[in-house]
Amino acid sequence: MFEFAARLSCRTGLLRGVRPLRGLSTPSVAAPVGRFRRFAGAGMVCLLAVVMLGATPGSRFEKMGHEMICTCGCGQVLLECNHVGCPVSPVMISELHSGIDAGGTDTSIFNWFETKYGATVLAAPIRGGFDNVAWIAPMAVFLLATIGTGFLVKMWSARSAQRRAVSAAGLATGGDAVRERIRRETEY
Amino acid sequence: MRLHPMPEFGSFTLLLALALSAYTLVMGGVALWRTRGMAAGVDGGAGRLGETARRAGISSFVALSCAAFALVWASFTNDYSVSYILHHTNRDLNTAYKFSALWSGQEGSLLLWAWLLSAYGFVLRMRHKVDVRLSAFASTILAGIQVFFLLLLNFAAPPFAIQPGPVATDGFGLNPLLQYPEMVIHPPMLYLGYVGFSVPFAFALGALMMRYPGEKWIHITRRWTMVTWLFLTCGIFLGAHWAYSVLGWGGYWGWDPVENASLMPWLTGTAFLHSVMMQEKRGMMKSWNVWLIFSTFMLTILGTLLTRSGIVSSVHAFAQSSIGDWFYGFILIVFAVCLFTFFKQRDHLKSENRLESLVSRESSFLFNNLILLAACFTVLWGTLFPVLSEYVQGTKVTMGAPFYNRVNLPIGLFLLFLTGIGPLLAWRSTSLRSIRRNFILPSIAMGVALVVLLGVGVRPWQAGDDWQATLFSLVTFTLAAGVITAIGAEFLRGANVVATQTGKNLVASTVLLVRRNTRRYGGYIVHFGIVVMFIGIAGGAFNQSHEQEMGFGDTLKLGPYRLVCKSYTQDSNRNYDTEYALMDVFRGGKKITQLAPEKRFYIASQTSSTMVALHSTLASDLYVIYEGKNPDTDRPIIKVFLNPLMNWIWIGVLIVVGGTFLALVPNLARTAARVAVEAPVVEAEVHHV
Repeated sequence: MFEFAARLSCRTGLLRGVRPLRGLSTPSVAAPVGRFRRFAGAGMVCLLAVVMLGATPGSRFEKMGHEMICTCGCGQVLLECNHVGCPVSPVMISELHSGIDAGGTDTSIFNWFETKYGATVLAAPIRGGFDNVAWIAPMAVFLLATIGTGFLVKMWSARSAQRRAVSAAGLATGGDAVRERIRRETEY
Repeated sequence: MRLHPMPEFGSFTLLLALALSAYTLVMGGVALWRTRGMAAGVDGGAGRLGETARRAGISSFVALSCAAFALVWASFTNDYSVSYILHHTNRDLNTAYKFSALWSGQEGSLLLWAWLLSAYGFVLRMRHKVDVRLSAFASTILAGIQVFFLLLLNFAAPPFAIQPGPVATDGFGLNPLLQYPEMVIHPPMLYLGYVGFSVPFAFALGALMMRYPGEKWIHITRRWTMVTWLFLTCGIFLGAHWAYSVLGWGGYWGWDPVENASLMPWLTGTAFLHSVMMQEKRGMMKSWNVWLIFSTFMLTILGTLLTRSGIVSSVHAFAQSSIGDWFYGFILIVFAVCLFTFFKQRDHLKSENRLESLVSRESSFLFNNLILLAACFTVLWGTLFPVLSEYVQGTKVTMGAPFYNRVNLPIGLFLLFLTGIGPLLAWRSTSLRSIRRNFILPSIAMGVALVVLLGVGVRPWQAGDDWQATLFSLVTFTLAAGVITAIGAEFLRGANVVATQTGKNLVASTVLLVRRNTRRYGGYIVHFGIVVMFIGIAGGAFNQSHEQEMGFGDTLKLGPYRLVCKSYTQDSNRNYDTEYALMDVFRGGKKITQLAPEKRFYIASQTSSTMVALHSTLASDLYVIYEGKNPDTDRPIIKVFLNPLMNWIWIGVLIVVGGTFLALVPNLARTAARVAVEAPVVEAEVHHV
């Protein structure tokens, strides 16, 4: 599955600028470090593949129609606006059809809609520049927090190891307090 | 001059409630200040002062109940001299919806908030003997929160404001979207959840202020927190089910700021429920837990601010108003009080133990908290980014489903993964042998599930443009199989031990096992429910839809279903006119049901809304909407969705509710302990709460 994810990611440009993972394309003599790197790389590819996931409908029209908002004020995705007699969505839908039929790229069509209806027509900020902050910040916070937590856990583990000898001595004396603590800590 | 006895009674009771709450806050505070550092029973009269404050708090519940009654009465008696009633009801409104008018608008929903808060306060003050001093702190803090809401109700958003000019003969009616049975219970459930978090918050802040020794405050608030969490869960999913059944766009979650506002405290509340176990068992994460519950409470207030101040756009327009400044002020005060108390008492929050291993239950709780908070941050970030974007770029942007789905999917999958592995890890440290033993079955289950799924055609590389959604589903289903197996194996392992000890059969042993530790096994059932919900959500990757103009006898095909239009008809009552289609539904050549999607036109409010027709099975939902007539051809338009596994989401919620109820039931040991007075109980049977 990792290999598949890697192939997909490379094909779809997800990993543009990232070197292909050696371990996935050609078999290599796996030293422990190399093996770890390979697994880490595969994990990264998998994570990135999953990051870019999203329920996208089949056709290009469906896909693009779900990435825009009806501007009538209902706040619904363009193709999901179900207001009877909505004056805006049929016009926008026909404009989308025209844009696709005219052979425009996704970007050019989105730009055209943005120029006509304003930035709020896009269901997510995809214009580059400051819009990128919207995507980067949550992932950055998530990654930093994960690394920070891992670091914290490692630091605490190291400190605990130093104290373990003292704890072992406490256990050896077999006091009621220790027994009570063990009971409390293993209850559920 | 006209007399308005009921509205004036309501206004008076609101003022009275404010006075009583203010008394509870001030005199309760004075009594606590005077008795600081004194031994129990030696209070120099301050105890009596504290008792009057407690009784004033109880009385404020009575006063607020009268105010709520007055508003409901005004609604039932069509008293259109009251502006709120004029704008949210009409004569021909169904009785249940006249009752729900209490929370259909700004002022009424604030009154409901204040009333529920006073009800929680009432229970807390009646049960004060559980710990008199801690309850007194919590009661005073709750009174402070109540004073804020009563100030709003008396001066900023009065529900009994009199409409100037002659009294109207009929009201403007209730928002049609709110005229649905679930809307009678969804808002109170949600509010019970929102408001309920005030109680653990008050206990946590009180315990910190008084440097409460030990972790008893956690034991006292555990049930409060779980019940509150349960209400919020039910409220959120009732809202989702309402959106699915009424809004008619085929989905159930639109990532609207109001929806986000309810999700954020749920995420932090869930994190608190998990991490608080580390404090109970190992005396760890004390500061973290205190800030988790502080944040949860502040997020409930922030959510209200976001949705009522108008700073973010929301489809829940009925909730917007200009009372945002009050909430800014309140959040700042709450934050300042929390921060000051924390810094003043931070030495009291020193951990008794440290985490010992990366592979341990503690570590999994830590990562679980991390994931939940990351999800919360993402939701908050997405909700506030339009404001930030306007400030930085000068243009607002939309943060819709594509953003949230992409960013939250990996977080959700990581959470699902932890749901499975967390309970398999031991406290303190897990040995390699134990990991191997506990993980072998889930790993096999995941492998088998993957092969079966690929076998039945869930193949991303063959899904064309849908490969991403299909891959997501594949990963979810595979992980779900592993997690369900892990949970099942935990039950089986425990039941086998009990069976060996007692000689009972496996079913009886499982029941006994669960009764001995309801919290643990209730928690597993909640996890199982969450996994079932994830399966339902992943089913969304295979949604199909089709829209078509349909005349009499026309046929529409979608998936295994064939719909034939039988007729279109109209009906009307005093509240609304309705047009609906009668559609015969066939599957495999056999008629299975008839559906009647509707479009209603509400007379009082002059607005229309759709009523979805549903044929639900465990495998999929057939979801039919009558969208109205095409103005060019005058032919009716029917839109049909086929949503696979939708019911799994609602079933998952029911399992979560069941699991939480189970976790609330006292362990068998309590009963056994009582019996122990007469007859000694075998030591092995005794398990403490």
